[in-house]
Amino acid sequence: MSEVQVAARAASAAEAEPIVNNFQIIVATVNGTGSQTANSTLIRALFRMGIPVNGKNIFPSNIQGLPTWFTIRLSRDGYIARREQSEVLVAMNQATIAEDIQKLPANGVVIYPQEWPLTQQRQDITYYPIPVRELKDRSEAPASLKDYIVNMIYVGALAHLLGIELAEVEHAIRFHFEGREKPVRLNMEMVNAAYQWAEENLVKRDPYRVQRMDATKDMILLDGNSAAALGAVFGGVSVVAWYPITPSTSLADALTDYLKQLRHDPGTGRATYSVIQAEDELAAIGMVVGAGWAGARAMTATSGPGISLMSEFAGLAYYAEVPAVIWDVQRMGPSTGLPTRTSQGDVLKTYFLGHGDVRHIVLLPSSLSECFEFGWRAFDLAERLQTLVFVLSDLDLGMNLWMSKPFEYPDQPMDRGKVLTAEDLNQIGQWARYRDVDGDGIPWRTLPGTEHPRAAYFTRGTGHDENARYSERPADWVSNMARLIRKHDTARGLVPKPIVDETAGAEIGLIAYGTTDPAVVESRDRLRAYGIETDYLRLRALPLEETTRSFIARHDRVFVVENNTDGQMARLIWMEFPEVAPRVHSIAYSDGLPLSARWLTHSVLEREGRVTA
Amino acid sequence: MSAAPARVNEIGLERNDYTGNPTTLCKGCGHNSIANQIIAVAFEMSLSPYKLIKMSGIGCSSKSPAYFLGMSHGFNGLHGRMPSITTGAVMANRELKAIGVSGDGDTGSIGMGQFKHITRRNVPMVYIIENNGVYGLTKGQFSATADEGLELKYAGVQKLPALDLCLEAMASEATFVARSFAGDAKQVRELLKAALSHNGIAVLDIISPCVTFNNEATSPKSYAYGMDHTAPLQEIVYIPPLEEIEVDYEPGQEQIVEMHDGSRLLLKKLDPEHYDPTDRQAALELLEWAHKEGVFITGLIYVDGERESFVETMELVDTPLAHLSDDQLRPSREALAHVMATMFGA
Repeated sequence: MSEVQVAARAASAAEAEPIVNNFQIIVATVNGTGSQTANSTLIRALFRMGIPVNGKNIFPSNIQGLPTWFTIRLSRDGYIARREQSEVLVAMNQATIAEDIQKLPANGVVIYPQEWPLTQQRQDITYYPIPVRELKDRSEAPASLKDYIVNMIYVGALAHLLGIELAEVEHAIRFHFEGREKPVRLNMEMVNAAYQWAEENLVKRDPYRVQRMDATKDMILLDGNSAAALGAVFGGVSVVAWYPITPSTSLADALTDYLKQLRHDPGTGRATYSVIQAEDELAAIGMVVGAGWAGARAMTATSGPGISLMSEFAGLAYYAEVPAVIWDVQRMGPSTGLPTRTSQGDVLKTYFLGHGDVRHIVLLPSSLSECFEFGWRAFDLAERLQTLVFVLSDLDLGMNLWMSKPFEYPDQPMDRGKVLTAEDLNQIGQWARYRDVDGDGIPWRTLPGTEHPRAAYFTRGTGHDENARYSERPADWVSNMARLIRKHDTARGLVPKPIVDETAGAEIGLIAYGTTDPAVVESRDRLRAYGIETDYLRLRALPLEETTRSFIARHDRVFVVENNTDGQMARLIWMEFPEVAPRVHSIAYSDGLPLSARWLTHSVLEREGRVTA
Repeated sequence: MSAAPARVNEIGLERNDYTGNPTTLCKGCGHNSIANQIIAVAFEMSLSPYKLIKMSGIGCSSKSPAYFLGMSHGFNGLHGRMPSITTGAVMANRELKAIGVSGDGDTGSIGMGQFKHITRRNVPMVYIIENNGVYGLTKGQFSATADEGLELKYAGVQKLPALDLCLEAMASEATFVARSFAGDAKQVRELLKAALSHNGIAVLDIISPCVTFNNEATSPKSYAYGMDHTAPLQEIVYIPPLEEIEVDYEPGQEQIVEMHDGSRLLLKKLDPEHYDPTDRQAALELLEWAHKEGVFITGLIYVDGERESFVETMELVDTPLAHLSDDQLRPSREALAHVMATMFGA
């Protein structure tokens, strides 16, 4: 078939059935070439056109030189899970272009620099060569900036080919450069040049189009780490200690930015907070525990390897009963593992972090709104329960751009927990640091600096009695542990409850948490098309509680969906609810990427015997 | 005949109000002597026990905060991690004065990183190292400060050079460095007073003999050796704020160091070179010389009252962060609306 014939066939296909607002773009670039600006411009422009979008940056642990991919999913139906296949390829990395083209589906599109020697081997896709070098050379931008601005060429070409409104492209660029005229002008000149070239030289031969919708009205586009940081600021965080680690670094950076904006004393200009870049994660958690002990709302943000280093302090804080918040933005594997890839691999680790018998509070946000809400709520829980609260986000939620409704101001005043003041001590006479006077397992504490002769107590990880006195008596150890179990049971009633969505008559239950939610939401619709109704329980915290047990009991088969290899949450459910464990099955998978609805749907169908493996 | 009323200090407390639980350390342990000096100094300086916190890591030394200042909050943390807990506590409440008690293992081995970083940050605190060259609780292993050539029953002969923790502190930009000997109670007391008046980290490396595992007269960290060999740089007199100084020495033989809280140190120089502890270069040379020659110098080695403490570096408000009101902690509804308006929206 000649090129003309191919073109004609593609053109007729495009006319026959245009695909509008329902496809995925993948931009293949080299790490460190500044493509983030171009990619975020595309996603923001599409979002401004009212089209539901989700972007995912699939990047290497590298500063410059290795391949990077950025996917932008447009979904008129509002699905935001990762799709495995992209239809529109922007090939800006010569090292991967052959492989990237192979992955395109029939009717796919590739945009690439025409100066690269490329044989147009596939006849079922559309090739759009673009004179990148020529357009770059023609640009009047300073030579030092051209390498960055060059990425705007594909923005301009895509704008023409897909129908992205240039006004929205400019709006996005203006936002990115915070309104600074010069970079806005230089970038827009490149966009316009490429757009104009495409208009004059390319014949549209593919079916992909975008069209203005009204599905993103009043929404924002943000990353989860920023949402978490903002939530923490509205939770009154005052001491932050952290150590750089991908993918949590941007959470600490966002904290610094928001605290600078919102927490300086108007009179003196001085800070009502302290952010410390520690020498390692051991010191970071140590500072946070010290600050929590002394009465400040303190937090750190880290990822798996940092969690490992924090293990000893986590155990100490559990036994010494010190409040603090730890955000774990999860990534893959040990040490470096796959440090720029996502996972839900720290569930069991964080729940049991420490030595001896330890069970922590763990919150499981799955959206920007929950990052914000758990950002402030974690402090209330930590101080109420006098213990560490872990919040398990992940790279996908933390570092990618997600759509969200604007965040809601905290609907409850801050809960500072059971703290005795000097006046309280005058009233009550005797008190004991670790005595359960209220029956909920939560003792009362005093803060250092309390001006009362009976205020002081000696904090230690060592065995202690109710009065915090050193004790190796078996009976003291046993009664303290019994109280800590009571406290954990109290926590079951205080942590955010699961969200349950049940349809009458469904036999199957799905349980998920965190960033597997979008894949579950989409899969449920796909399964419905196969005649399979499902109910859905989304966990939002550990410890588990009755809602989850009874959900399992109401279903014949419950699949626990998660992004790790061992099925960690399924195992925890088996442990916690052995009486319903036989109904619970694990659907777990982990390859460094967010789960897709296609994979999940197939997995459920396979378990149901509807397809073979 | 009734007993004479107990002496009270300026804030109406008796010496007994500054004591702690009975010690569980060995009889004659140098650490007990240091605990007693802390009690004496806190009483004498009329310090509010409510504004003091006692911080420690793990080891014999780290147990000792239970044995003094029973009306002060204490935190016996993790091995080598006292510095980070203290940093957090001081950030949370800048009105607290931290007395950290560590050992040569806790500081010189497992906690060396945190020691050097808290020193570099100049977190306001008194950092006491009760240095005996040996691990006591685990029955007599060498620590990193064990003297080269030392022979111990458990550990054999130490073939590695000892670390000098005062040198380590100096290398990490410490603003107050002193060495003393637990057997010299008077010097320990005066140095403690000076350290408590310093706005920054005050490192006190106090040789504190382990009577059980490292007290042979041949060991440089034994009582007998210390009694015979200490070479004090100065006689130190701590002069509280607003008190007159009476100087009756030849010019050049005494030096007055102004402390941050208005108190002063009168240093009556004992070494023939008339050592100046405000000279960083001299301090480094002195320590290097003493380390190489095995000279047991004691006294104030270095003081810099000019450098800001970490509280000032962080530009903290005067109100302790732990005492901020809910309004100060949680920005307003309008502030959230304002931030939301700056976000990328459709």
